[in-house]
Amino acid sequence: MSKPHLELTNVQMAFDTPTGPFIALENVDLKIRKGEFVSLIGHSGCGKSTVLNIVAGLLQATRGGCVLDGHEVNTPGPERAVVFQNHSLMPWLTVYENVELAVQQVFRKSMSKAERRDWILHNLNLVNMGHALDKRPGEISGGMAQRVGIARALAMKPSVLLMDEPFGALDALTRAHLQDSLMEIQQDLNSTVIMITHDVDEAVLLSDRIVMMTNGPAATVGEELHIKLPRPRNRVALADHPEYVHYRQAVLSFLYEKQSFPAKQTPPRTEPGADSATEEADGDAGTFTVHAAPSGRTALAQPAEENA
Amino acid sequence: MTTFNQTHNPSRPLAQAQQWLRAVSDKLTARNLASTARQLLLPAIGILLFLGFWHLAAPQVETSLGAFPGPAQVLEQSGQLWQEHSDQRDRAAKFVTMQEQRNERILAENPEAEVKIRDYPGAPTFLDQIVTSLGTVLAGFMLATVIAVPLGIIIGLNRHFSAAVNPLIQIFKPVSPLAWLPLVTMVVSATYVSDDPMFEKSFLTSMITVTLCSLWPTLINTSVGVAAVNPDLLNVSKVLQLSFWTHVRKVVLPSSIPMIFTGLRVSLGIAWMVLIAAEMLAQSPGLGKFVWDEFQNGSSQSLSRIMVAVLAIGFIGFLLDRIMLLVQKKVAWNE
Repeated sequence: MSKPHLELTNVQMAFDTPTGPFIALENVDLKIRKGEFVSLIGHSGCGKSTVLNIVAGLLQATRGGCVLDGHEVNTPGPERAVVFQNHSLMPWLTVYENVELAVQQVFRKSMSKAERRDWILHNLNLVNMGHALDKRPGEISGGMAQRVGIARALAMKPSVLLMDEPFGALDALTRAHLQDSLMEIQQDLNSTVIMITHDVDEAVLLSDRIVMMTNGPAATVGEELHIKLPRPRNRVALADHPEYVHYRQAVLSFLYEKQSFPAKQTPPRTEPGADSATEEADGDAGTFTVHAAPSGRTALAQPAEENA
Repeated sequence: MTTFNQTHNPSRPLAQAQQWLRAVSDKLTARNLASTARQLLLPAIGILLFLGFWHLAAPQVETSLGAFPGPAQVLEQSGQLWQEHSDQRDRAAKFVTMQEQRNERILAENPEAEVKIRDYPGAPTFLDQIVTSLGTVLAGFMLATVIAVPLGIIIGLNRHFSAAVNPLIQIFKPVSPLAWLPLVTMVVSATYVSDDPMFEKSFLTSMITVTLCSLWPTLINTSVGVAAVNPDLLNVSKVLQLSFWTHVRKVVLPSSIPMIFTGLRVSLGIAWMVLIAAEMLAQSPGLGKFVWDEFQNGSSQSLSRIMVAVLAIGFIGFLLDRIMLLVQKKVAWNE
């Protein structure tokens, strides 16, 4: 692990606003190994999505930068595939065509037509969506659409998979199901993943490392927590595992004691000027999913659950 | 087994017919009937009330050409116009056969002789005028679409271009066809000079006027639709590094198709309205000229005949909109 796979160095992000620049991020440093699963967690408006968008190349850091495998990241590209919160499938294309659009674009030259077809089907089967190839996104549930979104991202064979609250809009059961699938897939492919989440349990269950961010403005990395739970992980078995409980407690303590939610700060200005990089998910101030009892998944505060 | 099948074969169509009948009768349940009745009944009542009002009110309006025509006179005149049309067709057919016979005779006497083939010189009938109008409006509408959709896409994609063009759109959009027409006429006669013109000048004048007036809704709707593509989808396009053309073809266009079609339907409606006015003023063949000629003619039947034209114009406009709706349902993903 001499050289990091992905490295963010001294990143500052300022947005121009009518009232002067708004510093969203300051001195963000992050090194990620190949195959590592990293979760970004923090209060709303702390710039998690901004970090992700900088890695994706959708935003340019005003200072510092992001280096992937020795190359500086300036523009978006398929080697840093993004899974958006609201699946972002083209509603006019079928499930198959949505993945095809990505595969066509990335492997037009390196794969034959038949190979591409196999690769599309392979990825859709990987997320258990092989049965709905000809359905439009409007005809399948939110959870299914998100699976397709993940398949599309995986089909680009990305070096880093970026996930912006991928399961935030799903109901608890679907979410658990998709988390398990993601864990399996990530272990099989050994992909590097950066995931933004509001869900403490999700972060502990899935991650090798949890990166906790301080409150904005000028947010930065507050603490990092290495999760050394053995894999494969089983959510039921882990529920009263002492280490698991300890990790959970550590994250909660950071979020609610050290970085307790900014009392009446003017609602985090949703990154003005960043029209392409919407951080709408962070608009609904401070909705952390905290599951009270280890066994019963009672949500204290959950983002609006909507399952199409 | 075979005998069994054979004996039952003849009755199979019968069984199918029974099945079909049952399916039909299932659909004709009381509730379905009621809703169908409501769907048909209320519009029918509306139309009947209108006809009744028209019938009673029309004779009260005295004009210099006699009383305003009621539904009965208009119906009579529409029959009359149809009759004139078929008479005209018969005469034209006779003219053509006579001409052919004569030419054959001439050629039989002298194979070297040059024969002339003339078109039937009769005046265009009401139906001919409708066909002409439809041709002109479709040509003008097509031209408007070909201009407005690509331009709208560029405006929608480029904020700077949009800002530059927007005032022009806002100023030209409300201009009446009547204001454009003299200018278009002059420009067409000055620039379209040819010994063997492919199009009539009058056709070009009306068509261009239609285009100028009808391209705005499509232009505006296209640009708004293109500018309103979901930002997440734009990000997907960026991550995939789609080329400009692929981006437009695979993301921007499909996304804005519903808006574009809304614009196209408004445009077609405007095109049809503008065309009638343009034809009237430009004296170019078509329904507008028919109305104008009848007005100038001033016979006792003129008003009824104009009224037939009015109804025909309305009905055709309605049909055009329906056709656009059908096309939209074929093309748009959200229908």
